[in-house]
Amino acid sequence: MVKKLTKKKIKALRRAAYVAFPHSLPILAGYGFLGLTYGICMSVNGLHPLYTFFMCIFLFGGSTQIVGVSLLTAAFDPVNAFIITFILCARHIFYGISMLENYKGLGLKKIYMIFGMVDETFSINYSAQPPSDVDRGWFMFFVTLFNQLYWIFGSTVGALFGTMIKFSTEGIEFVMTSMFVVIFIEQWKKDKNHLSALLGLGVSVISLLIFGADNFIIPSMIGIFAVLTLSKGYLEKKVGDEE
Amino acid sequence: MSTNQKIITIAVMVLATVIMRYLPFILFPDNKPTPPFIHYMGKVLPPAVFSFLVIYALKNVSITDGSHGIPELIAIVITAAAHLWKKQMLISIAAGTVSYMLMVQFIF
Repeated sequence: MVKKLTKKKIKALRRAAYVAFPHSLPILAGYGFLGLTYGICMSVNGLHPLYTFFMCIFLFGGSTQIVGVSLLTAAFDPVNAFIITFILCARHIFYGISMLENYKGLGLKKIYMIFGMVDETFSINYSAQPPSDVDRGWFMFFVTLFNQLYWIFGSTVGALFGTMIKFSTEGIEFVMTSMFVVIFIEQWKKDKNHLSALLGLGVSVISLLIFGADNFIIPSMIGIFAVLTLSKGYLEKKVGDEE
Repeated sequence: MSTNQKIITIAVMVLATVIMRYLPFILFPDNKPTPPFIHYMGKVLPPAVFSFLVIYALKNVSITDGSHGIPELIAIVITAAAHLWKKQMLISIAAGTVSYMLMVQFIF
């Protein structure tokens, strides 16, 4: 009996990994090359490849790690490092709130899944609809794991051998933008009411114009939170209608 | 910066990251009912967040100089058109990315 269950479980795990893999392919391209660029940047700045490797494992955040290059090459200032990272990661609060329901009751693997919920992983795990015979929890686990493995692999290869690469990969980073556009379209098609998407677009653009690329995350978050709070009466009725 | 200082800097960054990622799940654990307002936010935030992520990915594009954001705009139109036509995520993403790479490497 026990043996049967284990076999069944292994089969379910394999199936979840198999279905998750194609969903993670754009990230293989994106993180592969973004990681390569990041790894090269670390090494060029005299930071040992081991830093790159361990930061990809324990920090795992593209934008944070890229900003980290300048933090690690500047004068020692841990308070500043903390504040900058804190601000960059503020958007994760929103991912967490959005995923409270989806990550409910997933046991121990949830601890890793929360840690690994970067922009791309959140986008895929929130929007993907694996077939009903697939264990959704494990599907999301494997998307998280695959994405981090790509990031570790790309960055470490970049840190070790990056300067030997000759062909031009300029523009490959657009794969992320492209993926966000596709996920945006998918979400748009799913929603019956587009107010939230439009408010998000408006607030983000206005914040970017006012505060600039380096400082617009927090104002965008506050703005989105505020307008969604203000439109609660209206949206609650609309979202409620959809169920 | 000494090796120790580098390790401290990285540790501090890990701490800030981990706090932000776990906070919602610590504040609203599985075994307690989620407050209605947070439940509402969990439902209406994602579309707004996906809009934000598109803008976030484009944040360093300048309309006033360089190539004026034209390759980005064209590549987004190609991505969207491919997606509405074929409805195959990987094809849409590949079409947008390859056309963008061709444009920035050979045209702009």
